[in-house]
Amino acid sequence: MSERYRTGDRVRTSTVDPDHHTRLPHYARGRRGTVIGHDGVHPLADLSARGIQQPQQVYLVRFSARELFGHGDHSVTLSLWEDYLSDE
Amino acid sequence: MSDDHDDSPIAARVRELEAVLEEKGLLDPRELDQVLEAFAHRASPANGFRVAARAWVDPGYKARLLENANEALPELGLSMGGGLQVQRLHVVENTEDVHNVIVCTLCSCYPLSLLGPSPTWYKSPAYRSRVVSHPREVLEQFGLTLPETTRIEVWDANAESRYMVLPRRPEGTEDLTEAELAARVTRNGLIGTAAV
Repeated sequence: MSERYRTGDRVRTSTVDPDHHTRLPHYARGRRGTVIGHDGVHPLADLSARGIQQPQQVYLVRFSARELFGHGDHSVTLSLWEDYLSDE
Repeated sequence: MSDDHDDSPIAARVRELEAVLEEKGLLDPRELDQVLEAFAHRASPANGFRVAARAWVDPGYKARLLENANEALPELGLSMGGGLQVQRLHVVENTEDVHNVIVCTLCSCYPLSLLGPSPTWYKSPAYRSRVVSHPREVLEQFGLTLPETTRIEVWDANAESRYMVLPRRPEGTEDLTEAELAARVTRNGLIGTAAV
């Protein structure tokens, strides 16, 4: 499984609000974060919810609270499939 | 999003599927109950307490746990499977500088086999939405006031992985045995909504 991103890479999440199941929470859409690690290869949830198994690399991506909410000094880390991410 | 899975369409489908399998003689209902009961019996916060206590007394174990929790659990006879799908576990360590707290903003994902059934508040929309945006205030509502210099890291179990917090070892416990230390750990300490 090829990995598009490495630890330390800056990424941006998708802005798409799909009408199907997804595991990219609303609060983390269209936001910039940093890859802090790999989180295994798992079927993309958006497709497996429709019966299609398409394994894909998942990344641990950390965001600053300021980037997510415009305030706060904490960070939030999520597991995000490669499809949710693009280069910053 | 669903707080009550019993009313969800998937729960209805599972009940229908179970009925059909029983009708065709492919499934013995007692068999299913036994698997579920065995899982529920093994799933207990006492498991998480043992993991934390071992990490406190054994630096080598702690290093292995933080590096790859799924490989470290079997050393204590534990796993993230329990007869069901094996889930990836990340154990995140509290230090003087960093406090970790876990949440599932999309539903209620939780390390069931290590912590037992999740508390009601963990599944509440209030906790799930507030702890990601205002963790310091939420932790204060739990009675945990952190120094301003402590950085808070929130972990959203939004996909396949599960999380458990390794709390800081309480001061003045140098003479306690591993079992006594395990008795000091709390469920909320392993979620990150309390110190130990």
